[in-house]
Amino acid sequence: MNAVTVWVPKDAGALSLGAEAVARGIEAGARSRGRDVRVKRNGSRGLYWLEPLVEVETAAGRVAYGPVTPADVTKLLDAGLLDGAAHALRLGDVAQLPWLASQQRLTGARLGIIDPADLDDYIAHGGYAGLNVALGLAPADVVKVVTDSGLRGRGGAAFPTGVKWRTVHDQKAAQKYIACNADEGDSGTFSDRMIMEGDPFALIEGMTIAAMAVGATHGFIYLRVEYPHAALALAKALAVARARGYLGRNLRESGHDFDIAVRLGAGAYICGEETSMLESLEGRRGEVRVRPPLPAIKGLFGQPTVVNNVITLASVPVILARGAAFYQDFGTGRSRGTIPLQLAGNVQRGGLIERAFGLTVRELVYDYGGGSATGRPVRAVQIGGPLGAYLPESEFDTPLDYEALAAKNALLGHGGVVVFDDTVDMARMARYALEFCAIESCGKCTPCRIGSTRGVELVDRILKSSNGTRDADLALLEELCDTMFNGSLCGLGGLTPFPVRSALRHFRQDFLRH
Amino acid sequence: MIDSDIQRAVDRALAQSGAEPGPLLEILHSVQNELGHVPAAAVPLIAAALNLSRAEVHGVVSFYHHFRGAAPGTTVVRLCRAEACQSMNAGALEAHATRRLGVPCGETTPDGRVTLEAVYCLGNCACAPSMMLNGELHGRVTPARFDELVRP
Repeated sequence: MNAVTVWVPKDAGALSLGAEAVARGIEAGARSRGRDVRVKRNGSRGLYWLEPLVEVETAAGRVAYGPVTPADVTKLLDAGLLDGAAHALRLGDVAQLPWLASQQRLTGARLGIIDPADLDDYIAHGGYAGLNVALGLAPADVVKVVTDSGLRGRGGAAFPTGVKWRTVHDQKAAQKYIACNADEGDSGTFSDRMIMEGDPFALIEGMTIAAMAVGATHGFIYLRVEYPHAALALAKALAVARARGYLGRNLRESGHDFDIAVRLGAGAYICGEETSMLESLEGRRGEVRVRPPLPAIKGLFGQPTVVNNVITLASVPVILARGAAFYQDFGTGRSRGTIPLQLAGNVQRGGLIERAFGLTVRELVYDYGGGSATGRPVRAVQIGGPLGAYLPESEFDTPLDYEALAAKNALLGHGGVVVFDDTVDMARMARYALEFCAIESCGKCTPCRIGSTRGVELVDRILKSSNGTRDADLALLEELCDTMFNGSLCGLGGLTPFPVRSALRHFRQDFLRH
Repeated sequence: MIDSDIQRAVDRALAQSGAEPGPLLEILHSVQNELGHVPAAAVPLIAAALNLSRAEVHGVVSFYHHFRGAAPGTTVVRLCRAEACQSMNAGALEAHATRRLGVPCGETTPDGRVTLEAVYCLGNCACAPSMMLNGELHGRVTPARFDELVRP
């Protein structure tokens, strides 16, 4: 009998729930039953409530089981897991589950499907089709495709990617760089991690296309140290790409040279800010630089540099492969294409939901998420990480796109949505936002460095006050937010007022009841 | 820690870093990977090799939360404190952990066995609350699961 192929994710989230023990258990159990099994490791498909999600290749396609704990393995093998047999945990074809079937996976098309270390698997699933197109175009035309696609930076700032590339393309310099921002520090976000662990060649291909387009020969991936599994997956994929001629000198006989090095961060949230990241890449404290000059003109080591987030770069291959019109056909208004939303926190069915822009918070939290994990009413969501606003249930019909959220004094950021049930104390969350800013401030500008600490003290005073100063302190907190918003050098101090003010606006009673 | 061990770790880190510009972070990672922390005695050695002032090197070491100035315990527990984990009761988990170990985040138990650290997001936000135990990620950690995994 031929060996049965079983897929067990090597994604950090799946591993955190026992996927390694599940993989070993299936191998050992199959051996003791005299069955020939080949356990292959994929990334996660992003249905985290079903992880570890095991898939068995059968004549009828891949049959999924989940969530499979190490303790389930023996019973599953007894029930006929290796033949795709019936079991309470059997899910069938996972791609047919409404949760996944209703998605529009462009950037994350291969997640959980391929072996992330297998270049042939990547190519068999459409990989490197984008680079092949790019190599047949003039660099300026590659930039034009990206511009026409409407792609905007998915790291949070939503700056048009093509405009940034054009600026770097137009610079005359002996050396240009591609710097990938993989310092995914926002709570509630993990799409960068999923791509790097589950489809690292997509990022490598995107960076290579960027390099061709602007004339760069060196690339860096600035990866947060909290992502050791991504570091391993990237190291493997980079080695394969080099060995197979997809990186290095004269790659794909194109006449272009390009290679990528991974640099580890060291636990500083601020290094997700692009100029601070460049400082850190140069081996210094991650202190924010004053702009101008823009990194596109004077970036890494003073040279023109494309700084893009992982998802932005990993979205480029599909845009080149299928054309600007195809990509830009998804979405709404000025938010074109798809956005990999990450649903997290107190939610029943959390994970990766990639859809055209325009899904509402309500659809995300209830249709995909199934409400809170605790079963209690959902009270708030925080969108866009620790610098994002909190929205109450009454605002849940807001579409998740850049402009609609801006109109609600909120921001999409990197697309993370964290759900809170009705036990959340929003005054505490506002205090936390300021405390986090104080811990992570680089210290360069005063509104952020001092304002955050004064803010924590103010919230503490408001929560304690029974002496009639509360109203004055609440007004002072508003004023402090105003100073931080208008006076900070970068988004850390500048956007910390978003969670604070949204908590004050929508959940004022939480500040008054202590 | 013996000075010769520190010298050796620094030499190895410098040799690995090659000719790339701006290698300081790489060197500090390498020293910490080998020694578990970046000892104060390593700072002047690195500074001299890179033609930086001691203040510059110290400034970088102290800027980044990841770099430790003191040796950690045999077991390092890093608890996530960020919002997604908070929404799933990470606060109660941290309270449980500090009670159980008898030390707050940022400290090592007196017997030198367990270091408890706070971390702000491990990227496992759909499986909260999360913690990293000696480099291994764990999701949906309850106080009971914490007790199974971490033996004080």
